[in-house]
Amino acid sequence: MTSLVLENITKRFGAVAAVDRVNLTVPDGSFVCLLGPSGCGKTTLLRMIAGLEEPSEGRVLVGGDDVTRTPAHRRDFGMVFQSLALFPHLSVGENIAYPLRIRGVPRAEQARRVEELLALVRLPGFGERPVAKLSGGQRQRVAIARALALQPRLFLLDEPLSALDAKLREAMQVELRQLQQRLGITTIVVTHDQREAMTMADLVVVMNEGRIRQSAPPVEIYRRPADTFVADFIGITNLLRARRGPDGAVRVAGGFLAGVTLPAEEAMISVRPEDVRLVPPEAAAITGRVEFVRDLGASIEIYVEAEGQRIVAVASPRERPDLQPGATVGLALPADACVVLGA
Amino acid sequence: MTTARPQKIADYAPLVFPAVMLTVFFVVPFGIMVAVSFFRRVQGAFYEPDFVLANYARFLSVFFGEVLGFSLVLAALVAVVAVTIAFPFTYLLARLPRRRQVLWLVALLSIVSLSEVIVGFAWSTLFSRTAGITNVLVALGLMDEPMSLSPSFGALLTGLSYHAFPYTVLVLYPALARLDPTLMEAARTLGASPPCAFVTVVVPALRNTILATLIMVFVFALGSYLLPQLLGRPSNWTLSVLITDQAIYQSNLPFAAAMAVFLVLVSLALVGLSLLVGRKEAAQ
Repeated sequence: MTSLVLENITKRFGAVAAVDRVNLTVPDGSFVCLLGPSGCGKTTLLRMIAGLEEPSEGRVLVGGDDVTRTPAHRRDFGMVFQSLALFPHLSVGENIAYPLRIRGVPRAEQARRVEELLALVRLPGFGERPVAKLSGGQRQRVAIARALALQPRLFLLDEPLSALDAKLREAMQVELRQLQQRLGITTIVVTHDQREAMTMADLVVVMNEGRIRQSAPPVEIYRRPADTFVADFIGITNLLRARRGPDGAVRVAGGFLAGVTLPAEEAMISVRPEDVRLVPPEAAAITGRVEFVRDLGASIEIYVEAEGQRIVAVASPRERPDLQPGATVGLALPADACVVLGA
Repeated sequence: MTTARPQKIADYAPLVFPAVMLTVFFVVPFGIMVAVSFFRRVQGAFYEPDFVLANYARFLSVFFGEVLGFSLVLAALVAVVAVTIAFPFTYLLARLPRRRQVLWLVALLSIVSLSEVIVGFAWSTLFSRTAGITNVLVALGLMDEPMSLSPSFGALLTGLSYHAFPYTVLVLYPALARLDPTLMEAARTLGASPPCAFVTVVVPALRNTILATLIMVFVFALGSYLLPQLLGRPSNWTLSVLITDQAIYQSNLPFAAAMAVFLVLVSLALVGLSLLVGRKEAAQ
């Protein structure tokens, strides 16, 4: 049982709270992504979990034990750093064996475990190589193998894939997720890349300005964002200002929106571009003018201007709507795809 | 970075100035010294040009052999002591906030500005019976009565190490300031306590820097001729002291030159050997 519980974790640097009263429960064996823009406090939070920073307030519980004041080297967590922090004076095998050597594991056992870990990260036979001679992806795997050498209770990764090029990054995301599922290890990854978070996580924790804005499974984060920050940060969305008339009817971009209720007279509504349907203008509640058509091959984005608001709709190439900039078009916003946001 | 190979004679122009400086201020004086070492000494006068090996022959005695051995051992000890103290010091210094680092570096530079004479006299006062640090120990009840600690081998080693310390820090500082701090953090998350991480990661990662610094301090200590006279007994005098003595007080410049040439050759050989060992280790 290595669930992680953060209770009211706060970290202040001077007067600034880098992490502000964070509460989070990570179930045993789950994969959690801390997601947010740079400077949102996600890395500081991870460092506090690892024991590299001490929280100003709050508690860190692992498997029910309070480890808030336990130094990093007694926590039994594996961590992969953004810089990877491979030891330049050691070979690949020696890097992976380092934690075993520190613990006084017998040499033969060290060698056996190194082989096992190299096989696990698909680098068999790389033990003798100097670290400097490896490619970016290989260095990545060595760092992962080293962090897993002691069979840690928690696996922590700080922006682990940010140094890789886009294609390799996508491949490593899938690989990392498969590895985690195979080992069943509780894993926490810090990232600013929402695609990465969506690919790997059981639970996405969106942070901004030191606070958790929403913590939910990826699909829910995408489909049901809690506020404008989350809606805007995760993927592309249409954020539209909606007004409730005295009769209770909701108006958006000059048209009525049936089936939606607002908590206040005015609120923001989020609609994903793929949910916006293009309809003939005669039958539509909302009409607008096509500003720009962006044909990306795999999908076509249509930028529509309606009553001063821009609405983006995505069509698949199979539909291939025959639209030119300047054309008038009707838009339908399905009520079940419209998320009314708190703030 | 790519650099084009020099094509024309004019491409070597940037090298002219340093080459001239090296020739005028290093190669020529060293050449004169080598020449003088083969000259013949005129008793009661100075020397006259000749080609004799007597200066080197005289040097090959047990006495000078012992002095040479002592000088090399002393310089090596000073190098080890200075680097052993300066390395952790510089490591901690490089992790201080910027402003406090500057303060420390200014303080170290002000020690560098002290001459060997002042350092020597300051330490001989500190090691004296009447005004020395033993009085403090007596006041603290750790000693029964004050005693003189100088001249002695320990006093000499302390003085030389003190004198070499700021240079050692300044040589180590750039490498330690550039060292990736996440290496230490990684070692800690992998189960190494901070002292253990320092010994198993920081020291080996910088072994080439440490070797280069050891060599620098070794050469630095080898050239010291004032501190051995101020803080050491005559038996603690180094070859540099004897060279000074021969050159200035005995007016035997050819013999002094021969000793100096020999000292240069021996220390160059030792430096070369240690670099060779270092490279062999790195290759493994």
